Amino acid sequence: MTVTVNKVIKRFLLADFFGAFGTGMKYFFRPKATINYPHEKGPLSPRFRGEHALRRYPNGEERCIACKLCEAICPAQAITIDAEPREDGSRRTTRYDIDMTKCIFCGYCQEACPVDAIVEGPNFEYATETREELFYDKDKLLENGARWEAEIAMNIQLDAPYR
Amino acid sequence: MEFMTDVFGFYFGTFLVILGQSLLVIVLILVALAFLMYADRKIWAAVQMRKGPNMVGVFGLLQSFADFIKYIVKEVVVPAGADKPVFFLAPMLTFIFAVVAWVVIPFNDGWVVSDLNVGVLYIFAIGSLEVYGVIMGGWASNSKYPFLGALRSTAQMISYEVSIGFIIVGVLLSTGSLNFTAIVQAQAGYGALSWYWLPHLPMVALFFISALAETNRPPFDLPEAEAELVAGYQVEYSATPFLLYMIGELMAVVLMTALLTILFFGGWLSPVSWLPDGIHWFILKMVFWFFMFAMAKALVPRYRYDQLMRLGWKVFLPLSLGWVVFVAAAAQFEWFGGFYVRWAVGG
Repeated sequence: MTVTVNKVIKRFLLADFFGAFGTGMKYFFRPKATINYPHEKGPLSPRFRGEHALRRYPNGEERCIACKLCEAICPAQAITIDAEPREDGSRRTTRYDIDMTKCIFCGYCQEACPVDAIVEGPNFEYATETREELFYDKDKLLENGARWEAEIAMNIQLDAPYR
Repeated sequence: MEFMTDVFGFYFGTFLVILGQSLLVIVLILVALAFLMYADRKIWAAVQMRKGPNMVGVFGLLQSFADFIKYIVKEVVVPAGADKPVFFLAPMLTFIFAVVAWVVIPFNDGWVVSDLNVGVLYIFAIGSLEVYGVIMGGWASNSKYPFLGALRSTAQMISYEVSIGFIIVGVLLSTGSLNFTAIVQAQAGYGALSWYWLPHLPMVALFFISALAETNRPPFDLPEAEAELVAGYQVEYSATPFLLYMIGELMAVVLMTALLTILFFGGWLSPVSWLPDGIHWFILKMVFWFFMFAMAKALVPRYRYDQLMRLGWKVFLPLSLGWVVFVAAAAQFEWFGGFYVRWAVGG
């Protein structure tokens, strides 16, 4: 009975609303959690799986040996590889395409690669205006590799103890 | 020109003055509305520890104007099955009714476009008509969610209009006038203590909550309930018609803050007797109540439809009706030393 009376009194005094108002005003002046995205960015894990890149050795030689393990493991079948021997007899890809519209960013290609050639780098800002621009070819991937090499190398080094 | 003099005759000058006054009020309110919309979003964001719009202009102050341009420039999509004339008439009605209600609001002593003796009735009539914008929009969209939203909105606005009516009747019994200026003047005297919020304290809360329901604001935004009805009667609206709906709704909210200020918080009267009265007090009080509206939106979870109806008919209606009887008795028998009766005219 007393409980019910208390409840009714509380309801008519709008106790819940004023309580919530107090809480609201407390949070009103708290520091904001918002990150001002284009100007500020959140931290990324070294394991972050972003845009793909094909890497080169420090001497400029492509890492990829056209073993096609990435093509085989790709669950979305986004990777297409053609290969033939180069003039010097080494096995290289003549074509390395990734359809970024198919890719599910599982990271299996990177896991499968025996020479750390195909990697998923830290870049996630590669939106395009047309669909065609998302069909990456070998040139585009190698260019990505050149552009993001420092970050990619650092991430691989940081993640190495856990592999 | 001859036609003009024929039609307006002797009153042509008066006509121009009225036109100027109306335009001034409309323009000022629309500009104020842009910043209130921004304030609404900022307050909501701050309570949730977000920053809110902060990119367009300094601190994002021009956000509303950017939105305005976007709404104007975008394509107006009309559903194939829609009743076109009604479809376009509905948002216009909402907007027009929201604007014309401001005619009788006194911003300062004598600063009123039309000093109607039945100002309260006028506001009440316009407020009742506003429901047509919603129900016409919902019906003309020829789609089930908008229709459901419109039905809900109609039931909701009608339910809460009843209690708002009774709350206002209480104030009218105290004043003895339907004129807003007279209502404010009846509250003059000992600063904030002689305003009607003190004798009518419970009704302030009731009026505030009813105003939330009347303007379809959260926690009573059932007609829009995006979780169930997507956006209620606004589903099929885009671009400029949607903008009209939005402005109309927000203007109704600001009108409610003005009504709260006039009916219970002494309009342009100063809260302390040693400071001069003036429009700044009116604006300050309105801004305070708008802040409360925005906070309510940020704090309170949405009501279920049956809870809304129960609250309206089983709690608010008996309470406000009982209050009317109480105030009438207090005024008639002059209880509390005339605390409840400040009859300005008649008696």
